Amino acid sequence: MSQTGTWAVKVGLAQMLKGGVIMDVVTPEHAKIAEEAGACAVMALERVPSDIRKDGGVARMSDPEMIDGIINAVTIPVMAKARIGHFVEAEVLQALGIDYIDESEVLTPADEAHHIDKHTFKVPFVCGCRNLGEALRRIGEGAAMIRTKGEAGTGDIVEAVRHMRTVQDEIRRLQTLADDEIYTAAKELGAPLALVQQVKREGRLPVVNFAAGGVATPADAALMMRLGADGVFVGSGIFKSENPPLVAKAIVEATTHYQDADVIARVSRGLGKAMPGIAVSSLAEKELLATRGW
Amino acid sequence: MNPSTNGTGRKTVGVLALQGDFREHREMLESMGHAVREIRKPGQLADIDALIVPGGESTTIARLIISNGFHGPIREFCASGKPVWGTCAGAILLAKQVDHLDRPGIEMMDISVHRNAFGRQVDSFEANLDVEGLDGGPFHALFIRAPRIDAVSFPAHAIAALEDGTIVAARQGNLLATSFHPELTGDTRLHELFLSIGRPPGVSAK
Repeated sequence: MSQTGTWAVKVGLAQMLKGGVIMDVVTPEHAKIAEEAGACAVMALERVPSDIRKDGGVARMSDPEMIDGIINAVTIPVMAKARIGHFVEAEVLQALGIDYIDESEVLTPADEAHHIDKHTFKVPFVCGCRNLGEALRRIGEGAAMIRTKGEAGTGDIVEAVRHMRTVQDEIRRLQTLADDEIYTAAKELGAPLALVQQVKREGRLPVVNFAAGGVATPADAALMMRLGADGVFVGSGIFKSENPPLVAKAIVEATTHYQDADVIARVSRGLGKAMPGIAVSSLAEKELLATRGW
Repeated sequence: MNPSTNGTGRKTVGVLALQGDFREHREMLESMGHAVREIRKPGQLADIDALIVPGGESTTIARLIISNGFHGPIREFCASGKPVWGTCAGAILLAKQVDHLDRPGIEMMDISVHRNAFGRQVDSFEANLDVEGLDGGPFHALFIRAPRIDAVSFPAHAIAALEDGTIVAARQGNLLATSFHPELTGDTRLHELFLSIGRPPGVSAK
């Protein structure tokens, strides 16, 4: 007797992605470049975040034909984004055979009050967070993998650092609390009590936690690994750079050798221009993507 | 100095840490009292008694094996007779024949492996298995975008199969391949079996 779609196999695929780089791609050709460079998975989306930021308009799930093309182009896992709360887009992605769904703030939210009930799906979900409470709310809804939100499409790592440090700080703080103080902590975090108790007991999130949102260089990827990320997502950082295959390969090597400055120095040479960035501090409140979702 | 000769059964186990779930193996081995080294450079293979090639993405790990100069050194390590175990992606890399892997892996076991043989992630599954040489009842196994072992030729032999006969584990002397992930289950029996490879019969694992 065998069982599919269990929590263990959902979380398990994220565990297989650890130590790896997941790259945003918008065409089968991009996907092949990413796979060739050593990506452990690709994220299929309609436009990379920096273009979404630039072009504006409503950003939605990608065209199924394009997703099929990407699935057929590579043998590594393929992820795709659905709008926050848009459970029908998620059902479509599941029907297409996507391996992981990102319920993503990078797309225009479809529901400003409710995220998708992810327990009802066989396919696993990854969701973004800015802090521990947000991570545990998503896990409570069934997310089997977490990533920082960062600030996608900027090439500015500052928000991903903030979000990763915040999650780690809040985990450490929980571990200093007495058992009878955990109820109030759960209330303040706005997170399910059982998950808060589990995090206090184990000293870490119950699922894999990747860094995302602003990673643009090999050193950025290594920085996030040093701060405790299990792996990294790179969006615009690769295909908006001058030499995508070289940058992609360099970020893969830097993620493996994140503790080895000699390797990071070697792979960082001669990469050409990185993506043009936007300092997050120059953005207006309404231009931020990380504030989408709750 | 060979740490395995100190008589305590405590070994120094290397886990290839290029990509994948190497920390899950590490934590399980440490809970069993073994010392663990994360291996990211070929020179680090010199100091270990056994090597695990973990689960992960086989295309990614295959590229990193080549770019980091591991291809020859891991093959030599396999030939040295020390135990080497590949779980899932690791099993793909140990096989001499693989469908759809565009880089050579480690290519040391006489098995033929089919990648993503059960389908996409929605088809990933859990199942109970009887594993040859394992006491204490069935082993609860996790198969995640798992490979299947299509053929096993001498001197390799199958040590576990699903109910329908699909081979999911094989052994060839000091080499072990499983298409599932014992490191994700909390059941240490396969790790014990692996580390008993090469130990004279009658000497227990503890």
